Amino acid sequence: MSKSFSPTVAGSALPDAPAPATPRQIRYNGGDPNPSLAELRSRFGEAILRSEVVWGETTVYVERSRLHDIVQWLHDDPGQRYDYLSDVTGVEYRDRQIPLQVVWHLRSLPYRRFIRLKVEIARGEPLEVSSVFDIYRGADWLERECYDMFGIVFAGHPDLRRILMWERYAEGYPLRKDFPLRGRFSRSEQLRQALAANPEARYSMEELTIAQAFEDLPEAMRRRLTAGEETGE
Amino acid sequence: MAKNRRTVEVALGTSGVDELGRPKRTPLTVSESGGVTTLEPPPALEPELEGEHLLINIGPQHPATHGVLRLVLELDGETVVRCIPHVGYLHCGFEKIGEYRTYNQIIPWTDREDYLNSIGNNVAFALGAERLFGVEVPPRCTVLRVIAMELSRIISHLVWLGTTCIDIGAYTPFLWTFQQRETVYNLLESWVGARLTTTATRVGGMAADIPDGWTDQLQQFIRNFPKTIDEVDKLLTTNGIWVGRTVGIGAMSAEEAVNYGLSGPMVRASGVAYDVRRDFPYLDYETYDFEVPVGTRGDVYDRYLVRMEELRQSTRILQQALDRLPDGPVNSSDHRVILPPKSKAMSDMESMIHHFKQVMEGPRPPVGECYVAVESPKGEKGYYMVSDGTAKPVRWRIRPPSFVNLSAIPKMVEGHLLSDVIAINASIDIVMGEIDR
Repeated sequence: MSKSFSPTVAGSALPDAPAPATPRQIRYNGGDPNPSLAELRSRFGEAILRSEVVWGETTVYVERSRLHDIVQWLHDDPGQRYDYLSDVTGVEYRDRQIPLQVVWHLRSLPYRRFIRLKVEIARGEPLEVSSVFDIYRGADWLERECYDMFGIVFAGHPDLRRILMWERYAEGYPLRKDFPLRGRFSRSEQLRQALAANPEARYSMEELTIAQAFEDLPEAMRRRLTAGEETGE
Repeated sequence: MAKNRRTVEVALGTSGVDELGRPKRTPLTVSESGGVTTLEPPPALEPELEGEHLLINIGPQHPATHGVLRLVLELDGETVVRCIPHVGYLHCGFEKIGEYRTYNQIIPWTDREDYLNSIGNNVAFALGAERLFGVEVPPRCTVLRVIAMELSRIISHLVWLGTTCIDIGAYTPFLWTFQQRETVYNLLESWVGARLTTTATRVGGMAADIPDGWTDQLQQFIRNFPKTIDEVDKLLTTNGIWVGRTVGIGAMSAEEAVNYGLSGPMVRASGVAYDVRRDFPYLDYETYDFEVPVGTRGDVYDRYLVRMEELRQSTRILQQALDRLPDGPVNSSDHRVILPPKSKAMSDMESMIHHFKQVMEGPRPPVGECYVAVESPKGEKGYYMVSDGTAKPVRWRIRPPSFVNLSAIPKMVEGHLLSDVIAINASIDIVMGEIDR
C-alpha cells in the first residue's frame, strides 16, 4: 500500500453525532422529527407551511419564494451544515387536485441528518422555483433533469436545457401524468426522427463558437446557419 | 562554464511524485564540476500558432467512453480548455415505466439500470418498497442481502479495474479480474438462475434461498479472491506507467467533492469518509467490522487505491456474513406482500384467491413516501418512492450516483491533456444504463 494512502477511518460525521443504526420498527406516521425542524420553524416562521414525519423521514413543506433562503441557511448555519444535496426531483400525483411537488433531499454529513424539502405548485401557477445551483454545484444536472422531465424552470440555473431528451424534443415533458407512456407522436414519426438523426454531427452554435469553428464550415452551411437555421442539439 | 567539461544525463520515466502530487519528471540536466544546472526549455518553434482552439468529439460510440457517452472537447494544443458532456443516448424512461408497474414488477427494471450491480439494485429496491409497506424481513434474508450487495460490489469494481487498465494501456489485469468476476457470476447463477439480470429479491424476501453447498463455494471464492487483488496490486500500485498516468490527474478537493454531490469511491478518494453503509446504515451494516478507505488527493490514483481497498473490505464483510448466516425462513410472513405457498394455493380456495389478487393486482402500500439510499459500488444510490395507496407507485425516482459523479467531469478534465480525459472518465466508473435510465 502506498504511503500517501491515509489510514482508514469510519464515517464522515463529527464525533458527537448520533451513532448510526439500521432503522427498525419504523412507525408509519409520527415519530421523532428531524431536530432541524424546530429551528427552521423558529427562524422562518410562516415560510414553513407544514411538516410531516412518514416512515421516519421528515418532510418540510416550504414557501416557494423562501426556498432559496431556507436551503442557504441549512447549508451555511454551523448548527445544521446540510452540505450534501442528494437529489432534486418532482412528483406529480394521479389525482389532479393535488399540486405538483418539487422535492429536495438534503443530507448533513457532519450531523448525520436527512431532511426532505418540498415546494408545492398549485395547478395554473407557473412552474418555476429558484435554483440552488449557487449553493450546491451538484444541483446542475439534477435540476436540468427535473426541467427535462417535468418542465419545472429553475430560476437562476446558468445552463438550464434538456439533458436526457434531445434539445429539440417536441413531445413535451415525459414524466408529467398527461404524457402518454408511448409518447405523443406516433411510432412511425418517432422512428422517422430517430433514423434521420445523426447524433455525432450535432454541435450547438455555442460549441461551434467556442472553437472558432464557424469559419471552417462549408459556405452553404454558414449561409443557412446565418439565416437562422437551428443546429440541433 | 564553457571551459568545464560537461556531461549530459538523461533521466527516463518518472521517479515518485512532487509535493503537489504530480509525477516528478527528472528534467534533462547538465552536470558540471561545480553543480547541476537545469536547461532552459527550447524556444517555441512556431509561436504564431498559439491561440487556435480545436473542437474534438469523443463518442457516443467510442470504446473509451464506457457506453454511449459523448464528450465535446475544446482543445488548446493538447490541453483541454472546456468539456461539454452529452448524455441521454440510452434513455428509455425507467421511471415512467415504473409508474405503470406494481412493486414486484419493477424489480426486473432495476437489473437493467446499473447492470454491473444488478443484484445490489434489487436489494436496494426491495429495501425501499419494504419501508413503504412497513414490512420487516427475517434475519437470514438480511444476511443474504448483505452477501448479495458485497458480491455485486466486487463484480462492479472488478469490471471497473479491468476496463480502466485497458483504457490506460494494461491488458493483463483485465484477464485476471474477469476470471474472478466469472466465479462470482457462477455463484449468482447457481443462486438465482441468472447471471446479469438477476431479479433476486421480492418485496418481503428473496426469490430463492441459496442452494446446498453454496456457502462452500463462496468460502472458496473468499479464500482465492485476495490473491487476485494482490497480483493486480503488485502489478499496478508502484508501476511507473500507472503512477505517471494517474497521480495528480483529475483531482477534486474534499469541499468540491461534497459540493458537487460526488459519492462512493469518488468522494472518499478526496478525503471525505462518506459511506452510506457507515453514516446511514441499512441491513445491519453497523454491526459488521469493516473500514472505509479514504484518499488524500482525490485524483485518479487515489480512486484506484480506494476501490482496491474496498475489494478487500468487501471480502471481509462476506466472511463475516457467512459466519453469522442464521437458519430460518428467507421470506417475511407478512401476508400483504408474500404469496401463499404454492401447495396451498392449489388446494385451498382462500389461498388461491389471495394468490390471484397478489399476482393480478399487486400489494398496496399505504399512502406515503420514502427515500432509501444504499452504498452502491458507484456511490449513493437512492430510490425515492411515492405511493398514493394504489398498487403502482405514483413516482419511482432513481437517484443515480454515476449521473451526479459524471456531472463533475468538466471540472475534473479542465487543464489536463486529452489522454488524461480517458483516464479521468474511466476513474468515475460510469454505467450509462444508470445515467440515462
